[in-house]
Amino acid sequence: MLLLTHNMLTSNCIKGVSNGYPLIIKATSIKKLESDFNPEFLIRMIPKLDWSAFYKATLMLGDAEISIPEKLIDSYEKDSEFLKKVHHALLEVEVVEGDLECPESGRKFPISSGIPNMLLKEDEI
Amino acid sequence: MAQLPTPVYNIEHILNSNVYEPSEDTFLLLDALESDLPSLECLNPTLVVEIGPGSGLIITALAKLLQGKAQCLAVDINPNACVVTQNTSESNRVKVEVIQSDLLSGLRREQKIDVLVFNPPYVVTPSEEVTEGEVIVRAYAGGHKGREVMDRLFPLLSSSLSDKGILYLLVIKENDPEDIIHRLSQYGFIGKTLLTRQVPGEKLSVLKFTRSCDEKQL
Ligand SMILES: C[S@@+](CC[C@H](N)C(=O)[O-])C[C@H]1O[C@@H](n2cnc3c(N)ncnc32)[C@H](O)[C@@H]1O
Repeated sequence: MLLLTHNMLTSNCIKGVSNGYPLIIKATSIKKLESDFNPEFLIRMIPKLDWSAFYKATLMLGDAEISIPEKLIDSYEKDSEFLKKVHHALLEVEVVEGDLECPESGRKFPISSGIPNMLLKEDEI
Repeated sequence: MAQLPTPVYNIEHILNSNVYEPSEDTFLLLDALESDLPSLECLNPTLVVEIGPGSGLIITALAKLLQGKAQCLAVDINPNACVVTQNTSESNRVKVEVIQSDLLSGLRREQKIDVLVFNPPYVVTPSEEVTEGEVIVRAYAGGHKGREVMDRLFPLLSSSLSDKGILYLLVIKENDPEDIIHRLSQYGFIGKTLLTRQVPGEKLSVLKFTRSCDEKQL
């Protein structure tokens, strides 16, 4: 699971959970990937992100190489240093094993081999 | 004419894992996507999602087409399908993010999906098979009119697809495509048939939906 995917996941499908976002990342294994830097794609993707959740996710991983500013900067389109940091945090860090935890109910969603399991039991919906 | 790349896949691995084998429906959907490449290019999608990727063939073909220009995401209830989809994308050297979930639950619904592809369980079966069947049964069991799974997706579309978002949906005659188009028009989408093919025992079609113009002006 990339942080890009984490940004889109929520536990508000659980009965009684209203926000459920962002999910807390409890990673036990993280892998670094290499992917081609594509600024044009990032510029289209950044507006789709919840920046504050993305920033929190980078903190949860506690890795100095993964650092983005707390607030989205102005005119990021032209700032290739900034875009490179976003690229790394968003697309080159894979949470391979661990859990995602609902911030409201504490329900854990296991991640195994990079695949988060968001399936709920019938009585949770 | 532009082509949709054909992914390599390991049929033994797919069959041994109890995952839906690429079939006529899979290939019709690939052909439909290929025939619609001009709209896909014009859309320049950022986020592409496939529900129920099974072997992962379709989402991997899209990931190969879009190489780094879009994020591809696949959601399946079947854990084996999730693993096989990941393997298929890896053997084609593209990145597809895989999530085990039911339809779009677990995903934030903020109109971000630019392309949504679904080859749903569409076979007419007893309703029990839709919820109580083994995972491999749930790959095809569609319950009443074969509509029970796809019908649950329709109310989520308007909040999930981006302004210019497209849904590609595979259906059979028994699903009543005209009625599906009518239902989705009530949610603000216009639908048309992109491709139809008669194969032994099934009349397959791929429907394409976009937001209707009135909806866009709202
Ligand atoms: C007809 S198969 C299509 C597989 C593949 N896309 C293809 O075309 O070959 C349907 C797939 O949807 C999955 N599926 C069924 N119900 C689902 C649901 N509620 N949410 C997500 N995936 C589902 C099944 O596990 C299966 O992989």
